[in-house]
Amino acid sequence: MKLRKYFNVYTKFLHTSLASELEYKTNILIDLITAILSLVGSIFLLSIFFQNNSSIGGWKFEQALIIQGIYTILNGITNTWFNPNLTEIVKHIREGTLDFVLLKPIDSQFFISLKKITPSGFLEITLGICLLLYCIKINQININFSFLTLSLITIICSICILYSLWFFISTTTIWFVKTWNATEVLRSFLYIGRFPLNSFSFSLRIFFSVFIPIAFITTIPSEVFLGLSQFWKILLEVTVTIIFIFSSRKFWLYALKFYSSASS
Amino acid sequence: MVSNLIKRKIFTLLKVQYSNMLEYRVEIALWAISGIIPFFMLNIWTNNNLNEYINISDVMLSRYFLCAFFVRQFSVVWVVFSFEEDSLTGKVSPYLIQPLNPFFRYFAQHLAEQLTRFPFALLIASFFFIFNPESIWIPNFGILFLSVISTFLSFLIQFLIQSIVACLCFWTEKASSIERLLFIPTLFLSGLLAPVVSFPEYVKSWIYLTPFPYLIDFPANLLSGNTTNISGGFCMQILWILLLFPVFKKIWSRGTKKYTAMGS
Repeated sequence: MKLRKYFNVYTKFLHTSLASELEYKTNILIDLITAILSLVGSIFLLSIFFQNNSSIGGWKFEQALIIQGIYTILNGITNTWFNPNLTEIVKHIREGTLDFVLLKPIDSQFFISLKKITPSGFLEITLGICLLLYCIKINQININFSFLTLSLITIICSICILYSLWFFISTTTIWFVKTWNATEVLRSFLYIGRFPLNSFSFSLRIFFSVFIPIAFITTIPSEVFLGLSQFWKILLEVTVTIIFIFSSRKFWLYALKFYSSASS
Repeated sequence: MVSNLIKRKIFTLLKVQYSNMLEYRVEIALWAISGIIPFFMLNIWTNNNLNEYINISDVMLSRYFLCAFFVRQFSVVWVVFSFEEDSLTGKVSPYLIQPLNPFFRYFAQHLAEQLTRFPFALLIASFFFIFNPESIWIPNFGILFLSVISTFLSFLIQFLIQSIVACLCFWTEKASSIERLLFIPTLFLSGLLAPVVSFPEYVKSWIYLTPFPYLIDFPANLLSGNTTNISGGFCMQILWILLLFPVFKKIWSRGTKKYTAMGS
């Protein structure tokens, strides 16, 4: 019953935000070109790295393309859902409109995380999927049931970790008020997810698997794609995901205790 | 008399914007941190010995990326985003009545921000030197002076390009998506992620005619002491400024005629 209510509310969200986004039609076209150029640019950068080397950090060019594909999909998801919604938290807190969100008979995290949608991110997701399909072809990966389920599980886990990271950072605005660019710092760190983790030095590798788990976000799903991943890594990713989801939820509820509305 | 007045205007504007910027120090510190991508790139380059093929030693490459970081820090432009918001909310109207082109206001804002950013950038650089003590060097005064000028010219080019894009707000309301489109070639071709020398021949043949290498690659090479064509670089920077300035003037005068304030 409750699930159905949330589902209904979500369809309403979809409807309103799509309607308002489609007002700017040329924008969507420009965003499409941007998404394509951005992918071309990062493949260009990758090709510079592979100009004189056959492998980087143990990854061949064709294999590194898989990471690009997964990164593009995740970036598309970020641009479609996380970016438009979670940067809004700052606005809610600065202008005191978080009060209205909290008063609604609906979960505040649900409302804040899914209210808006930017359809142009779908183009990026599609591009990423196309690149992945191409990679499956050139890497001669044979598709079977276990491959599909494992890759689906790891990609879903990546999305959840990514979401929790964004949500964590956005939640901190309850204390700091004007830090809408904190997510920009996160974005610049996530940029590293375009490259295999093994191509970095040891200390950075540790940093990117413990503090900002980029290793879990793009590298493990790519390894699963290539059939290289050990089982414990996948298990670890699932565990990390559960920890992230729960702690970000708890953190939000904890932070709300410190929220003093606009005029109090 | 007239020059005195202009001087006073500029001085007042700078003072106001500087105090404005000092209010949000954390925000500016975060912006500074979000620019550390060049260091991650450096890590990929040196960790995989990619620089052997372009004949740049580890030390010179690390200086290059440090300088690229600095140049980027002091040539970041966001006038489109400010102008778009001001024009959507109608704040531009009172600015237009004042006997001062509103872009002077934004210009002062950027300069004040750079001033605020300077200590943070120095701090990040000192951290960099702690981890890479062998790359410490002191450029001679002449080179330092020239590279400050070339960084400023790079900032001017980007400011002019973005101002031209910002003026499109008079027609389309949402010009920031065009800026995001232009940012992609700036990111990949300016030398922020890989020095332009490392680009393949088919790109190098035309890239020096575009403004991109003069945004980061040229000032960074100059400051870090890598080989570069100094007089040619300055000529191209000035040429691009001379080309862009009349375009901006034209589009500005057309745009203000087109502008209809809210409620008219």
